[in-house]
Amino acid sequence: MAALQTSTLDAMKTNQTQLLAEWTNGLEASGAARNLKEQDLRQQTSQFLQLIVSGLERGNGQNVAAPGWDEIRLFLEKLSHSRALLGQDSHQTASFIFALKGPLFALLQNHYQDNPALLAEQLWEVSELLDALGMHTIRTFQKSREAVIKRQQEELLELSTPVVKLWDGVLALPMIGTLDSQRTQVVMESLLQRIVDTGSEIAIIDITGVPTVDTLVAQHLLKTVTAIRLMGADCIISGVRPQIAQTIVHLGLDLQGVVTKANLADALKLALTRLGLTVSKAD
Amino acid sequence: MTVRSSGTHPIHIEQDVVLARQMARKLATECGMRLIDLTKLVTAVSELARNTMVYGGGGDMDWQILDDNARTGLRLTFRDEGPGIADVKLAMTDGWTSGNGLGLGLTGAKRLVEEFELETAPGKGTRVTITRWT
Amino acid sequence: MERIPILQMGDFLLVTIQVDMHDQLALTLQDDLSERICKTSARGVLIDISAMDMVDSFIGRMIGTLSGLSKIMDAQTVLVGMQPAVAITLVELGLTLPGVSTALNVESGMKLLQERVREQ
Repeated sequence: MAALQTSTLDAMKTNQTQLLAEWTNGLEASGAARNLKEQDLRQQTSQFLQLIVSGLERGNGQNVAAPGWDEIRLFLEKLSHSRALLGQDSHQTASFIFALKGPLFALLQNHYQDNPALLAEQLWEVSELLDALGMHTIRTFQKSREAVIKRQQEELLELSTPVVKLWDGVLALPMIGTLDSQRTQVVMESLLQRIVDTGSEIAIIDITGVPTVDTLVAQHLLKTVTAIRLMGADCIISGVRPQIAQTIVHLGLDLQGVVTKANLADALKLALTRLGLTVSKAD
Repeated sequence: MTVRSSGTHPIHIEQDVVLARQMARKLATECGMRLIDLTKLVTAVSELARNTMVYGGGGDMDWQILDDNARTGLRLTFRDEGPGIADVKLAMTDGWTSGNGLGLGLTGAKRLVEEFELETAPGKGTRVTITRWT
Repeated sequence: MERIPILQMGDFLLVTIQVDMHDQLALTLQDDLSERICKTSARGVLIDISAMDMVDSFIGRMIGTLSGLSKIMDAQTVLVGMQPAVAITLVELGLTLPGVSTALNVESGMKLLQERVREQ
C-alpha cells in the first residue's frame, strides 16, 4: 500500500501548481473564498497541500489524531479559528478541504488511467484522508464558536445587572427578571468584587424586579450574603414582595438575621443611618 | 474526550501540600479556569492533599488536563496506601472527625468540585478523584 | 525556621500573611501571636489576609482558634482583606468563622478594633 502511495505522492508533488490553481478556482467559484484576501487564500492552500504531502511522505496513515499529523492539525485549528472570527460558518470552512478532492481525483484518474483497480484504491485512500481532516476542521470550528458564545453570554450577564453606587460606602445591585443559577452566580461575584474595589461597607440587593424566587436562587442569595459578611461588609435585601416572602417561609429558609426592606428607598435610609449619616432639608 | 497532558506529584511531607496547591493552580490557569472556580479547586486540592499526607501516610497526586469538545477539564486523583476509610457514609457526613480534623475535608472538597469519586476500603488505601471543567 | 512577622502598633498587633503557608507555619503563627498578646498585653490583633488567594479549612480553623485564644487574653481579633473568591469558597466549604470579626481593609479594621476596645 505504501509503495503505491509513493507514486500518488510523486504525482501530487509534480503537479502542485496545477492542483493549487484548480483548487483555488473551485473555491472562488463556490463562494467559499468570499471575504478572504487573495494572498491569504493562496498562502493557506499552498501550505495545506505542502503539509499533506510532507505528512504522507513521513508515512503517516489515515489516523489524523496521530502525532505525525500534529502540524496539519494545528494548521487546520488556526484556520478554523480565523474563519470563525470572520463570521464564516462551518460549511465554508469544511469546503476548503473538500474542494481539493475534485482536482486531486482528476489528477489521479490521469495518472492511473491504465490501472483502474489501483486508481479506485488510491481514490479511496485520498478521500478517507481528506474526510478525516475535514471532520477535524468542523469539530475545531464548533469548539471556537462555542467558546465565543460562552464568552458573549458571560459579558451579557455582567452588563445586564450593573452594580450601582448609591452613596459613599453604599452599593446597590438591582436584580431584574428571572434569576437562574448561573446568572445569579456571575452577578454575585461581580458584586463582591465591587465591594472590595470600592471599600463599600453596605450592599443592597434589590429584588423588586424578580417575579419568583426558588430554592436554588434563595440559596445563592443567602450564600452571597454570608460571603459579604465574611469579607467584612453587610447586606440588606430590599424589594421583598409578599409572594416572595411567602415562598421563603414555605421553603423554610433561614435568613440568618439578614435585614430585609420592602423597597430600595427604605434600604437606603437604613444604610445611611448605619453609616452615621442623616439627610436634612437645606434652608 | 482526550487527555491533553498528565503527570504526577508526590505528597509525603508538609511542603508537598503547598507544592500540590501551586501545581493545581498552575494547571487550572493553563485550562483557562475562572478565578472563582480555580480558587475552589485549589482549596479542594489543599484539603485532599492534606488528607493523603496526614491520614494516608503519604501518597501521590495524579493530574490530567482533559479536552472534551468545547470545554477543558482538570482531573486530580489523590491516592495513598494508608489504612483506608472504614465507614464511608460517616466520612461523607458533615462534622465527622478523625484525628484532629474538623471533618470538613471530604464533604467540603466535594462541594467545591463538579465530579467527585471516592474509592476506599479498610487496609486497602484511599483514592479520591476530583474534576472541574471550564 | 521561617516565621510570619508580627508588628506592634501601640496597643494592637498587626499580622500580614503574604506567603502560601504550610500547616506548620500556620501553627507557629498561632503560637507566636498568643505569646506576643500575652507579653505586650495587646488589646487587639489585626490579621490582614488581602494577599491570600486561598484559605482552606486548616487555616480557617487556625484563625478561629486564634480569635478564641485572644478573647481569653482580653484582646479582640479582626480579620481584614478577604478576597471575594476566598469568601465564596469558604461559604461553599461551610466555614463561616463564627466569632471572628471581619472588616474590608486595614483602615476599617483598625477603626473597628478601636471601637471594640473602647466598648470593653
